[in-house]
Amino acid sequence: MGSKPTSSGNGRLSVAKTRKLYIDGAFVRSESGRSFVETGPGGVAVNVAWASRKDVRDAVSAARRRLPAWSALTAYNRGQILYRLAEMIESRSGEFAELVLAQEGCGEAAARAEVEAAVDRWVWYAGWTDKIGHLAASVNPVAGPYFNFSLPEPTGVVAVFAPASLLGITSVLAPVMAAGNVAVMVAGERGSLVAASLAEAVATSDFPAGSVNILTGRQPELAGTVSTHRGIDGLDLSGLLPELRAEAESGAAGSVKRVFSEGAPDWTGLPGVSRVLSFVEVKTVWHPIGI
Amino acid sequence: MTGSAAQGSPSPPAVPEASAAFGGHAPGVREGGESLAGFLRGLPGVDQTGLESRAAALATRSVKAGSKIRALELAISMVDLTTLEGSDTPGKVRALCAKAMLPDAADPAVGPVAAVCVYPDRVSLAKAELSGSPVLVAAVATAFPSGRSQLAVKLADVEAAVTAGADEVDMVIDRAAFLAGEYAHVLFEIGEVKKACGGAHLKVILETGELATYDNVKRASWIAMLGGADFIKTSTGKVAPASTLPVALVMMEAVREYHRETGRLVGVKVAGGIRTAKDAIRYLVLVNETLPAQWMDRSLFRFGASSLLNDLLIQRYKQTHGAYGGPDDFSLE
Repeated sequence: MGSKPTSSGNGRLSVAKTRKLYIDGAFVRSESGRSFVETGPGGVAVNVAWASRKDVRDAVSAARRRLPAWSALTAYNRGQILYRLAEMIESRSGEFAELVLAQEGCGEAAARAEVEAAVDRWVWYAGWTDKIGHLAASVNPVAGPYFNFSLPEPTGVVAVFAPASLLGITSVLAPVMAAGNVAVMVAGERGSLVAASLAEAVATSDFPAGSVNILTGRQPELAGTVSTHRGIDGLDLSGLLPELRAEAESGAAGSVKRVFSEGAPDWTGLPGVSRVLSFVEVKTVWHPIGI
Repeated sequence: MTGSAAQGSPSPPAVPEASAAFGGHAPGVREGGESLAGFLRGLPGVDQTGLESRAAALATRSVKAGSKIRALELAISMVDLTTLEGSDTPGKVRALCAKAMLPDAADPAVGPVAAVCVYPDRVSLAKAELSGSPVLVAAVATAFPSGRSQLAVKLADVEAAVTAGADEVDMVIDRAAFLAGEYAHVLFEIGEVKKACGGAHLKVILETGELATYDNVKRASWIAMLGGADFIKTSTGKVAPASTLPVALVMMEAVREYHRETGRLVGVKVAGGIRTAKDAIRYLVLVNETLPAQWMDRSLFRFGASSLLNDLLIQRYKQTHGAYGGPDDFSLE
């Protein structure tokens, strides 16, 4: 992992990892066959799969297929799976620290601290899965013989644009999953290595195939496809390049998506539950009583 | 590779003779069993490897842009919108009929589909719902889907559907008799059902998933056509595997040979397991490469499907609007 793909002392050539897309539980190259080059740990050039609009299409249909099963899991069970992902990141913390160091250019200690914070944040959101109902649900007083109550349900397929840091990615992806949605995450070139490695952690965390899909590519190319896709129900634009946001918002308006957008977020502070609450739909039930 | 596997040599000269003997619903059909079996066994064998590789090669054909829109709209016009469940309520049939007449509520230019396919007891309702529209009503009959009942019961089933106003009848062949080698019995039944249909078009379901070999599919296709079928249809949709590309290719080639020998045009209906627009376009490519141009029309080619229609609409949306469509924009039925 991360080491230079060169001959080591005993004459063995180390095996370099191919960074692929994660769609429907499988690691695939882009349908287009393209890849771009990023600088990985140790200054090594890394080939990363470069997703096309058809990869977005495939990811959305995989997510949509998985939506009924994932959103029907008990909140407790979803929390367990989010917690499992925290465990997986923890056990790969060395790899993630190297990637953070390479892609975000912070110090070594800061990189380690960011990985730890990301693990803690997955655990924090894992705890919210079975508590969010208590914030968003209510029993409503109505002037009639009805028991009237409201409760949150997942929005559906949510696309998130990945910020360029591990902590940022965690802060946008975890709340979407905690609310019971399925996700298609689109990472730009910066943050692509972290996103691709996160896919490997996700793949070993009991997330059912298709519930989390992770694409790496160029945001200017994919923003239009994602924002206008009518099979996507929600959009988190916080990780999108600022100059692309206006167009994405207009695309989202044309297809009536929930949009969450935060100007220039500081990912180090605790992000709260505003994202979880943004990606739920409140259903109100009028139940006749006293008849 | 060009041509196909089953193309081989043209059908043996025995064909017109066989048509005369067995195609005219003659009362002596049962006695003719021996020569019918001989004729069917004398059909050139299907080269399985060649057939499958040709079907696979044609499936890679890429249809884009303007051609794709035309293919999608053609496929929409060829759909037999189907509901064949024990739970078919009158409301569900009404909704299906509404969808058949206006598949895309946001775009009246789309559709209508070719027909609605229901059980016989829902025919009168569907007929009333569709009155004044070009959408036909097809009824599955003859103890669908197994076909395991007395002939009298099957014929009564057909007559009830036709009396209720069915424009088309989808019958199933007796697969058990076919597999036991009683070809003449299968032919006789088809002939009886054809008579019971009167003016209604007869589609004969071969249920290819139960016929085991491509040679059997070819023989069953011939029996159906000799029996007077207006369409031959792959499957009931109740047995897996249902329609596959190689099976459809065998049937199309049989239709082509039959047309060459007799001049009669027999349609093909593929049904069961066709859920995506991509699948549908592959079948259209197959039709285009195998049969004369008249078959690229709903009068001679149909898709029996329910969920396929929505995928066709979603893909058409992508072509006309430039953005991917979503399933929530279209009614379920």
